[in-house]
Amino acid sequence: MGDEVILLDFWPSMFGMRLRVALAEKGVNYEYKEEDLSNKSALLLKMNPVHKKIPVLIHNGKPVCESLIAVQYIDEVWKDKAPLLPSDPYQRAQARFWADYVDKKLYTLGSKVWQTKGEEQEASKKEFLDCLKLLEGELGDKPYFGGETFGFVDVSLITFYSWFYAYETFGNFSIEADCPKLIEWVKRCMEKESVSKSIPDPHKVYEFVLQLKKKFGIE
Amino acid sequence: MAEEVILLDYWASPFGTRVRIALAEKGIKYEYKEENLDEKSKLLLEANPVYKQIPVLIHNGKVVCESTIILEYIDEVWKDKSPLLPCHPYERAQARFWADYIDKKIYSNSVKLLRSKGEEQETAKKDWIECFKALEGELGEKPYFGGQSLGIVDVGLVPFYLWFNTFETLANFSMGTECPKIVDWGKRCMDNDSVSKTLQDEHKIHEILVEYM
Repeated sequence: MGDEVILLDFWPSMFGMRLRVALAEKGVNYEYKEEDLSNKSALLLKMNPVHKKIPVLIHNGKPVCESLIAVQYIDEVWKDKAPLLPSDPYQRAQARFWADYVDKKLYTLGSKVWQTKGEEQEASKKEFLDCLKLLEGELGDKPYFGGETFGFVDVSLITFYSWFYAYETFGNFSIEADCPKLIEWVKRCMEKESVSKSIPDPHKVYEFVLQLKKKFGIE
Repeated sequence: MAEEVILLDYWASPFGTRVRIALAEKGIKYEYKEENLDEKSKLLLEANPVYKQIPVLIHNGKVVCESTIILEYIDEVWKDKSPLLPCHPYERAQARFWADYIDKKIYSNSVKLLRSKGEEQETAKKDWIECFKALEGELGEKPYFGGQSLGIVDVGLVPFYLWFNTFETLANFSMGTECPKIVDWGKRCMDNDSVSKTLQDEHKIHEILVEYM
């Protein structure tokens, strides 16, 4: 059966990247449509009237919005390959908890790191690193958050790696210094084609953030 | 096999109420432990060190936190009765979307509405009503968000039904006028024992909300 899969996305979005990774893991062919967020397409506004945001997955004409919801959808539809969520309900609840933690904390804290200065920035850096350390603790000695295989939490978090260089440069700190095991995990994930081909060069993301800072007059 | 189910909760919490309704829907026996949020128990702090919040479900010693995640867990473990999520992946994604919408919007807009005054309150009121209009659109002609029976979106939203009267009085509007289908839906939910026997006395909730103003 011919599946039509379209992804409305914006290249530096760590949320959009999650879908790119999940689709790659499942070997799903899809059409990527880049959105100009200052001039959102009629298609985006129609497919996500509630939030008007990317990413949006459009599967045979039907939209699925919110990245973690879309990743679960991808996992359920293309269930015969590379399962992202475990089968045990308790393990699933834990995976959802940590993916939700990433959603609640990392974007906001990361944004503060590059948008602020002085004492505010120092406080943001500390909070940001504390979150990563907590995640590192959850990873423990496992190769992936999903255990032996790459899973839901791995997909949710690895996409933030593309922003690490920007955070570190603007915040003048090293994530590896505080979270060496997490960086080992990053390298392990990046060995997977589904990841390395789905996320942009961190230096490009840095350039993008630099432009944003200039555009919005953030020093 | 003997199941041990404990719920750490706070009587007035809409998030805890969701879990109580789900447990009732599934006919699960559990031990309810009331938390004093000003003096959280050692059990709560150990069970939920990340957020230190209720509700927390402890099932045979294993901890599940975050109300919507707990609802999905309950649905998956006790899967033979009263399913909260549909079977089809697309419909499941839609249910999760609206449960997430409620999580993102209703509580924070409610707090804004409670605490603001004057023009700020007018804006908060408008935003709050808009959320419920969006939900009303999603409900459509269905008796419940879950279709013919209560689903995860119904369970997620219905605790806030008790807040309507307080907000109507506070900000001078009528949900019956603004979102009549939602009001009908709330009444319909109350026809379910799992809801009517779980939802608190409206006056007691009103007193708590007034303290937050």
